[in-house]
Amino acid sequence: MSMYTLLVNNNHYEVDVEPDTPLLWVLRDHIKLKGTKYGCGIAMCGACTVHIDGEAARSCSLPVSSLARKRITTIEGLSPDGDHPVQQAWVEEDVAQCGYCQGGQIMSAASFLKTNPMPSVDEIRMAMSGNICRCASYNRIEKAVVLAAQKLKQQ
Amino acid sequence: MKKKIDRRGFLKVSALSAGGMLIGFNLFSSCKNSAKLPDDISKLNYKDFNAYIQIAPSGAVTIYAPNPEIGQGVKTSLPMLIAEELCVSWDSVLVKQANLDEAYYRQMSVGSTSILMGWLPLREVGATARQMLVNAAAQQAGVAPSKCTIKEGIITCDGNISIGIGEVVEEAAKLEIPTDVKLKDAKDFTIIGRNIKNVDANNIVTGKPLFGLDYEYDGKKIACMMRAPFGYKLKSFDATEALALQGVVDAFSFMQNSIAVVAEDTFTAMKAIKLIKPVWEATKRAADSEKENVKIKSLLQDSKYDLIQSTGNVDKAFASAEATIEQVYETPYLPHSCMEPMNFFAHVTDDWIKLAGPIQTPQNALNRVANALKRDKKDITLELTRIGGGFGRRLFGNYAPEAAIISHKSKYPIQLVYSREEDMMGGIYRPAISYKVSGAIKSNQVSAYKLRQVGSTSLKGRFANRFPTGAIPNVRLESIRNKSSITTGAWRAPISNVYAFAEQCFLDEVAFKLKKDPIAFHLELIEKAKKSDNEHLVYEPERMEGVIKLLAKKANWGNQSEGVYQGFSQYFSHETYAAEVAEVELRNGIPVITRVICAIDCGLVVNPLGAKNQVVGGIIDGIGHAMYSDFCIKDGRPTVTNFDRYRLIRMNETPQVECHFVQSNLAPSGLGEPSLPPAGAAVANAIFAATGVRITKQPFIKNKEVFG
Ligand code: FES
Ligand code: FES
Repeated sequence: MSMYTLLVNNNHYEVDVEPDTPLLWVLRDHIKLKGTKYGCGIAMCGACTVHIDGEAARSCSLPVSSLARKRITTIEGLSPDGDHPVQQAWVEEDVAQCGYCQGGQIMSAASFLKTNPMPSVDEIRMAMSGNICRCASYNRIEKAVVLAAQKLKQQ
Repeated sequence: MKKKIDRRGFLKVSALSAGGMLIGFNLFSSCKNSAKLPDDISKLNYKDFNAYIQIAPSGAVTIYAPNPEIGQGVKTSLPMLIAEELCVSWDSVLVKQANLDEAYYRQMSVGSTSILMGWLPLREVGATARQMLVNAAAQQAGVAPSKCTIKEGIITCDGNISIGIGEVVEEAAKLEIPTDVKLKDAKDFTIIGRNIKNVDANNIVTGKPLFGLDYEYDGKKIACMMRAPFGYKLKSFDATEALALQGVVDAFSFMQNSIAVVAEDTFTAMKAIKLIKPVWEATKRAADSEKENVKIKSLLQDSKYDLIQSTGNVDKAFASAEATIEQVYETPYLPHSCMEPMNFFAHVTDDWIKLAGPIQTPQNALNRVANALKRDKKDITLELTRIGGGFGRRLFGNYAPEAAIISHKSKYPIQLVYSREEDMMGGIYRPAISYKVSGAIKSNQVSAYKLRQVGSTSLKGRFANRFPTGAIPNVRLESIRNKSSITTGAWRAPISNVYAFAEQCFLDEVAFKLKKDPIAFHLELIEKAKKSDNEHLVYEPERMEGVIKLLAKKANWGNQSEGVYQGFSQYFSHETYAAEVAEVELRNGIPVITRVICAIDCGLVVNPLGAKNQVVGGIIDGIGHAMYSDFCIKDGRPTVTNFDRYRLIRMNETPQVECHFVQSNLAPSGLGEPSLPPAGAAVANAIFAATGVRITKQPFIKNKEVFG
């Protein structure tokens, strides 16, 4: 075991874990932030998506040892009151069904819109294709990303 | 829709010590005479009641319902029924998932039946509570209850005195429960029929810990497990390496053929289980899906079968046919792939057992745990969490006794967590089923229809007398069960999910052979069913016709633009009628599904927004699995175990889905499932329209002729 200091949602956390422990499990089991989900563990479903220095990454495949001095943001820290334009758009479009994948979807969308603030529908569909939604809320995710882009523009 | 109610004893009312009124009721039965309501909201008991309404002195209404939410939106739509009859504004209603501290009776969300079963009882509860509030207000104002009206939680007496419901809750709680209350007329609905959003939306988008895997408990350890391949036995195992790992606290075999490790945290447990070295021994029943397919093929021709339905004289009609058509359809085993893998918490002590997790059949889980550990059910409590997808998998709660046994053996409070691989390998799969469908043609009409199902499950009696019975004079349904050691169970719209594929692809082929437009052909068949004197028909041809006509109009059937190919399909299940048109376009010669239009008749639509989400989800789910999901079992093990090689539909492959509801005031029927079955056939039929190739085997993507 080794000690690591992580900067998550602007808070410092000290954790004592094996170096190969993925960030996903450090967040869930050690820091007790449960919003980041486990879906596959092999970077294929996107349920575990977080931001590392503002960019979307699959936390299930990031060993804790690679995160020194990185700024980690989870769904809990995306906005102070759940009012990030992407979160607002998700509520307005009533996207969630079972809801399990949606934290990851929102994190992917938020990061994508930073790099491409005015995406075409095809760009959205490609960008979001790394996130599986077994409830198949894809049509609404697409609409919500369009709506979030409009909201961001107005800000 | 006025109805007299006399269901004495199906609800009880009391005053709460902290102020306000509590109504406890039993959704599917009546309360026991001895059942007592708690006077403290933190002590709701779910043994005697399965739901509660609390009305606070402020007028705020809280509905406590233990219905597990799996993404079907019942947590929203069922409370809507109560609030409607209670005549309060939806904004003043809060819905809470009940925290269960005691065992309780049947409560499931299954088979799209929640809304159908709750339709009248829940409205009656709301109406009864409303009447009591009105009676109390009338008393206070000194007028007759008939002189009072109620709207948005405000009671108006004699046209001028306004009393909020919160002001009269104390009094109302003391009144006798009226046994004769009126339900609202559909035309007066203000909440039912409105677009209401998921009540948990804010919690979901902010990542609140709602799901089974998020469950926390002091001193909790994590268990991972592995089980013998299908048709194998555990001979021995070596856990030395696993136990040497820091953080692993125990490893043992249990339930004969499974092995568990218990560790301090999830990652360690997942790592440890991979270090276990098991020796499996094959039995005679070692599973191999390829070999099963060979067997299934021969059973399709077998002379012995179970008769499910026989109408008219099929053999005679075939003997005198001018032409016959026959086609075989094949579908594989499929895992459920819920995004939240199976998991369950158990703490087994000498005095009590605590269980918690995502499950749709809590009562059954409780019984199984009691049996497995030979314990009294009274000592077991079960807490439900939100469920990260069900699709039928969480009706089968094998993971609950597994968790309990692991806790019992290790003496720790444990949460059993399936890795994705374990979830996919140890599934309760959709059965692999093949169909042989044949039709006899005489005078350019279908004179007989014969369908045989062969697979690891039997065709159930409830499939008898569905369409096209009534439309075709001679119909026979046959079933042969092919026994397998591969565990199977319900998968969203059980059997229908593949049965509809066979039936609707076949009828499309028949229409083509008869040179008839597929929709015109269906309408012609339905016309005959309308005139049929068969009393056993389980569907209403008029409603079937209604959805198809609505669909034809909305899809602009027959007038598609250049380069767009349409395929049609329709199916009746769970008392709901669904008809769909899929559109494909060819890109580089390969069909791409661009749009699906659906018409659906599910009676009155309680929550159009939620309903649409369900319908659209079902269609994409149906298309995704028909198109992409390939699953084989070799040497007792699936050949794919995670989403790298097991393919689920993704956003870039998803068509735009439009959905149109038939206007209706009939009692609402199921929505979680009925849109799925016709989807695969609609796509296959559209691909035929585009390419001239009939795809008869799922997943479609493996068809080399079409997809290269
Ligand atoms: S859990 Fe990380 S991508 Fe699936
Ligand atoms: S909402 Fe259920 S998996 Fe996406």
